[in-house]
Amino acid sequence: MAADSNSPLGQGAATRPVEVSRIEAGFFPYSLILPAAILILLVVGFPLLYSLYVSFTPYELLKPNSLNFTTARALRNYQKLLNDDIFWRSLLNTIVFLAVTVNVSYVISMALSQLLSRVTVGQSVLRTLLMVPMMFAPILVGMQFRWFFNANVGLVNNFLISVGLIQEQGQIAWLVDVPLGMITIIIASIWMNIPVMTIILLAGTLSLPTETFEAAEVDGASGWQKFRFITFPLLAPFSYIALTIMSLDIARAFDIVRIMTDGGPARRTEMLWTYITRLAIEDTKFGLGSAMSWITVFLSVLFTLYFFRQLVKARIVR
Amino acid sequence: MITRSVGPNRRRNDMIWNMIAWVVLIMLALPAFWIIITAFRPNIEINTFPPVWIPRRLTLEAYANMFGLNPDVQQRVAVEAYLRNSLLASGISTIIAVSLGTLAGYAFARFRFRFHTTLFLGIMLSRAVPGVALSLPLFLLFNRVGLTNNVLGLALVYVAVNIPFTAWLMDGFFRQIPTELTESAYIDGCGHWSAFWRIELPLSLPGLATAAIFAFLAAWNEFQIVSVLARNNAAKTFPPGLFAFTEQFTVDWRGMAAMSVIMMVPAVIFVILVQRNLVSGLTFGAVKG
Repeated sequence: MAADSNSPLGQGAATRPVEVSRIEAGFFPYSLILPAAILILLVVGFPLLYSLYVSFTPYELLKPNSLNFTTARALRNYQKLLNDDIFWRSLLNTIVFLAVTVNVSYVISMALSQLLSRVTVGQSVLRTLLMVPMMFAPILVGMQFRWFFNANVGLVNNFLISVGLIQEQGQIAWLVDVPLGMITIIIASIWMNIPVMTIILLAGTLSLPTETFEAAEVDGASGWQKFRFITFPLLAPFSYIALTIMSLDIARAFDIVRIMTDGGPARRTEMLWTYITRLAIEDTKFGLGSAMSWITVFLSVLFTLYFFRQLVKARIVR
Repeated sequence: MITRSVGPNRRRNDMIWNMIAWVVLIMLALPAFWIIITAFRPNIEINTFPPVWIPRRLTLEAYANMFGLNPDVQQRVAVEAYLRNSLLASGISTIIAVSLGTLAGYAFARFRFRFHTTLFLGIMLSRAVPGVALSLPLFLLFNRVGLTNNVLGLALVYVAVNIPFTAWLMDGFFRQIPTELTESAYIDGCGHWSAFWRIELPLSLPGLATAAIFAFLAAWNEFQIVSVLARNNAAKTFPPGLFAFTEQFTVDWRGMAAMSVIMMVPAVIFVILVQRNLVSGLTFGAVKG
């Protein structure tokens, strides 16, 4: 289709036609998009450009005169960050956090979707149970797990003491110790991510053609073989939808980190988002914070773009 | 569903799968039940050791304290302000975001035009900007025009943040309506606008409801931006309000749990309403090309 032939999303889009036929309508579609585009430019685009400008200045909120741009010092903030150990640690923490969370959430959701597709008793009740974590705002997820993992009054330690696995004096400092702090945060965000991912993968699984499975069964394929060679490849588009939605929402994890550990103790769970807040809001160094914001924006956009490309590819092959 | 021949082995296997599924999902939902129960328990049961697992008595104390019905409690959390601000910011932004997002989604689903993919991608990528990164320049700019600590300023931001996802969902819903329908409307003398207004919009109302609920919840739950833009109770919503229960060394867990339950009400309604539409909204539009 002509409209998609110069698609930046992958070569597949240029060679194969898209199923939906679209209507030619001159200027009309632009006028439909215009209000949305103006608003986004005004509230997202312009502020981002402004923060790019601020990132080139040594601006601190309490020193209004520091908001001035000089070519000589333009890259000073970025230099500072590249030489800042805490920046690198927070970047590393963020990457570890994202990699583990995304992969483990995906594996668990895939397993859960296969499990749910076999259920014959009480399907609708189970699906409602599955959606329970969706009722929680990310900040509530963080609050809830902070409480559960609290060393003194937390549910987890209390439970471990009750069943005799640990002593009353030997309470585990879940949110404090390395690497437990990171692990508890990851558990919380996995809990939050499971429902949407599972629902999408389950919908995909139920939409697969049954003949393929019957044929495989006749050929004597085992349950694992059926999953590995039929279900999993056919679910690719659904997998990428799930991963794209997750990548769009991944920054919600900030709320969880903020309320559970706030990057502490001693920056053990510091991530890009919490470090930005610390630099800009707490230390009022808006120039430095903006520089770091831009690095974060750059990384997020790359991440999202990657999943969009995969999504489009998977869609075309189908 | 896959139909199977039913033998004794199969039946036993099915039973095992069912049991595993039930156990796993009950465990998944358990933390939420704990929060809800905690909101209605007396404080003494919550902070005691060894822990009381099954509540012996339920009470509305936490809510009495929260809404100032308990004369013994002097200091209390500004829950009315949070409720008002949350409703205003989420409500206003949902109406505008869904209107604008629907128009844009319709354009992407139905029409062929230059820069189709570029514009779509541009709008989507604006959603990938982390709230923290956006909150810093917004704070500086809003400070100059007096929009910090202002519910309308907050609503404005939520409109922009919610348009991309709304447009994506509506794009998906509009694609499910056959193009022939629009074309026959044109033949009957409808213009672009009246074809949209009279035929396609009414057909996409279930999708519109789903999009509206998503937008409302996104604003209702948002924390990063509001925590920077709202410094006092004039604009604070529920999520930053939760921190009112934490002090340096102590946390009022029951108070938090009680407010959490209030915060969950829209989401519970959402799950009941869109259980079916949710799946088709999220997947079909995206897969059908």
